[in-house]
Amino acid sequence: MDILGLDYTTLRVIWWLLLGILLIGWAVMDGFDLGVGTLLPFVAKTDDERRRVINTVGPVWEGNQVWLVLGGGAIFAAWPPLYAVSFSGFYLAIFAMLFGLILRPVAFKYRSKMPGKRWRATWDWALFVGGLVPALIASVAVGNVLLGVPYHFDDSMRIFYTGSFFGLLTPFALLAGLVGVTMMVAHGAAMLVLKTDGAVADRAVRYGSIAALLCFVLFALGGAWVAFGLPGYQITSQVVTDGPTNPLLKTVEVGTAAGGWLRNYSSMPLTLVFPVLGLAGALASFALLRARRGMAAFLASGASIAGIILTVGFAIFPFLLPSSSQPGVSLTVWDSSSSQLTLFIMLVATVIFLPIVLAYTGWVYRVMKGKTTAEDMADNPNAY
Amino acid sequence: MIDSTVVELSRLQFALTAMYHFLFVPLTLGLSFLVAIMESVYVMTRKPVWRQMTFFWGTLFGINFAIGVATGLVMEFQFGMNWSYYSHYVGDIFGAPLAIEGLMAFFLEATLVGLFFFGWKRLSPVKHLAVTWFMALGTNLSAVWILIANGWMQNPTGAVFNPDTMRMEVVDFAAVLFNPVAQAKFVHTVSAGYVTGAIFVMGISAFYLLRNKHKDMARRSFAVAAAFGLLSSVSVVVLGDESGYAASEHQKMKLAAIEAMWETERAPADFTAFGIPNQRTQQNDFQIRIPYLMGLIATRSFNQPIPGILELVERAEHRIKGGQLAYGAMERIRKDKNDLEAREMFDRHWQDLGHGLLLKRYRDDILNATPEEIAKAAMDTVPRVAPLFWTFRIMAALGFYLIAFFAVAFYFSCRNNFQDKRWFLRLAVWSIPVPWIAIECGWFVAEYGRQPWAVDGVLPTFYAASGLALHQILTTLAVFTALYTVLLVIEIKLLLKTIRTGPDDILPSLQPSRTPLPHIAAAPAPGQA
Repeated sequence: MDILGLDYTTLRVIWWLLLGILLIGWAVMDGFDLGVGTLLPFVAKTDDERRRVINTVGPVWEGNQVWLVLGGGAIFAAWPPLYAVSFSGFYLAIFAMLFGLILRPVAFKYRSKMPGKRWRATWDWALFVGGLVPALIASVAVGNVLLGVPYHFDDSMRIFYTGSFFGLLTPFALLAGLVGVTMMVAHGAAMLVLKTDGAVADRAVRYGSIAALLCFVLFALGGAWVAFGLPGYQITSQVVTDGPTNPLLKTVEVGTAAGGWLRNYSSMPLTLVFPVLGLAGALASFALLRARRGMAAFLASGASIAGIILTVGFAIFPFLLPSSSQPGVSLTVWDSSSSQLTLFIMLVATVIFLPIVLAYTGWVYRVMKGKTTAEDMADNPNAY
Repeated sequence: MIDSTVVELSRLQFALTAMYHFLFVPLTLGLSFLVAIMESVYVMTRKPVWRQMTFFWGTLFGINFAIGVATGLVMEFQFGMNWSYYSHYVGDIFGAPLAIEGLMAFFLEATLVGLFFFGWKRLSPVKHLAVTWFMALGTNLSAVWILIANGWMQNPTGAVFNPDTMRMEVVDFAAVLFNPVAQAKFVHTVSAGYVTGAIFVMGISAFYLLRNKHKDMARRSFAVAAAFGLLSSVSVVVLGDESGYAASEHQKMKLAAIEAMWETERAPADFTAFGIPNQRTQQNDFQIRIPYLMGLIATRSFNQPIPGILELVERAEHRIKGGQLAYGAMERIRKDKNDLEAREMFDRHWQDLGHGLLLKRYRDDILNATPEEIAKAAMDTVPRVAPLFWTFRIMAALGFYLIAFFAVAFYFSCRNNFQDKRWFLRLAVWSIPVPWIAIECGWFVAEYGRQPWAVDGVLPTFYAASGLALHQILTTLAVFTALYTVLLVIEIKLLLKTIRTGPDDILPSLQPSRTPLPHIAAAPAPGQA
């Protein structure tokens, strides 16, 4: 059955790609806000410097955060079982992320509304936590996706998650977490180089280039670990790509040797462009930050982020969230989506609205372009 | 079996977050339009006082907006966190409006709110005005989609249960969009938001007028808000969502519970203005009734009867038995996908499946339920009557008070003599909390009245929860409660500080200035000086 020539398999693949685009959208657009938040205590010492740093992202972070809201909504709408398993399974981790994300808007808005030193220092701390914690947790979660997490269903599809919060903090997952944090910090530093000058920009260059280099090394290390340490998962029953969404109808095996997650790369060598993009982008962002080319460095770190996320996505395809305790019930692209009609309706909505969103977001950035100056803040009582 | 403590705590957490979130959203809805109206007058007349008004109310809007955004994120995530079976079971329908809300509305609102605050010098007045209007549009479109999602929980149309995937799936998206309950809710809810914004502006303006401060600004703000508030408050009540209650079986139960109407009465039914509902004896211990009013409100007719609670319980019992048949057929389909007889049986009874699930509270093998258990499950479809009866009456009374209040305010502002009516100005200040009380009561009636269902007739609440460990939910509940409390205190403190400081010190210069102005925070508040 097709809707306007789109069969169920195609729609699932499209929504798998859109999931990637939304995650990249969040990591690139909100990623620099999170990076700037994480960098705040390090690059800005005086109150004036802090305000300058905060106001580089002040006008845009709210819109950027919607990528996360939309990402959550899109997973709910297009991949309901994935939404249900991951959000309830990673319960305390998601809660910690929310804690950071609740602090952030309030910290932005309230920090400079009172003159007190302690008041402002407290909110600066909140901005740091609100930047670091979400970046770290989101990336640790990605590491756990590669490892597989312990969950199963009963025959009415009720979810049983058998892991714990601390069980998520394995060495590999923490490595993934550091990759995420360093890439967002490098990305945020590029924005600071672009929007500030003087001592703040100097420090952003220093910390940002260290982060970019670390991101390169850690991502390469992660790749080596996946190649030589992780077995990966594989569907062993016949793959039905357009069947009903029911993860209980297949069998899956954990690979017998390490490197199982690289299978897609050997069967489709062209996809190797993504890990290369991740690595090259990080290196380029290191060099460009040193050269103080803010805009170019920003594009490079953005490309690196996209490359890293796509690397993971293609490695585990068609898996979305493997189960380590009962591999057979692992969620895959072929058995965790919404109905064909919902995928189609959501696609129509996305095709109409996403370009409009990109258009006005681009316009806002054009209006706000240029360095953030002390004068901007003095003139605008609503500056942060 | 599902741990009932976890379910109750999950409910508590959801209610807490939703009601907390809804302290901020209505003000955002109302203020965004009021600010847009004020800025429009500024752009048309170019009188600086209107610009000052835009800026002052805009600042308060911003303080309020921040927490609204923060709690909105929790709202979206907690479906998956605390209600994972719900997310699986109805995600195919419920997720779509949430995602479209992000795409169509929240992106617009959140992207432009930055430009609203930071774009004054970078945009021409007309362009800035356009930004403000689109931001207001975004906030209101947001409400459309959220209430489509919520409306579906109250009246789930356009979807069927698919035994192959064990969940509800969309078959008619237009029915989800044009759900009459969702439409009634949308108008009712955003109007309530406008009323909140209007009262907020009038109360603070009255405060200034009483103190003889910022009179120019306060007078105009008061007049604008009075007109806006009168229209909105009439719309809240007239287009209240009671008309939607006739739409489905459980909405009828909610209506009967709100009215504490145990037995079906001859049409048109009487309205119980005051009463003491007794859940145990299933009657009212004392009541004062207004003849015919109830039937008119609920059915807009003289001859349509409204079913009472006990009649609805009987119907529920019948549906529970149907649900057992559907459940049995579903189990057979799961064993053998090609069992056509079972499929036919399922198709005949699937709409009662949700009622069958009510038995899961008493036993897992619901096909073997005893008649007593079925009777108990049927009785479970009755929400607690007394809290609904009372919160609804508080809400309605405050609604009528607000219409009267705005009517008087509008009359005074037409005669332009409200500045001299000090008693009324004082009343306006004291009326600031009224819409919030009404709104929270409204949410309570709508969602508590939905119990025992998460989705009316489809999925019982206790069956929808995640299988969390007790320590997990206790941790999040404790931290959220503490965080919400702290943030609420800080928000109120900042609002009060901004109000005391007044509009003079937070007006930006039109021209780029060479000498840095003292920042708002550094300026002493005149109220304290």
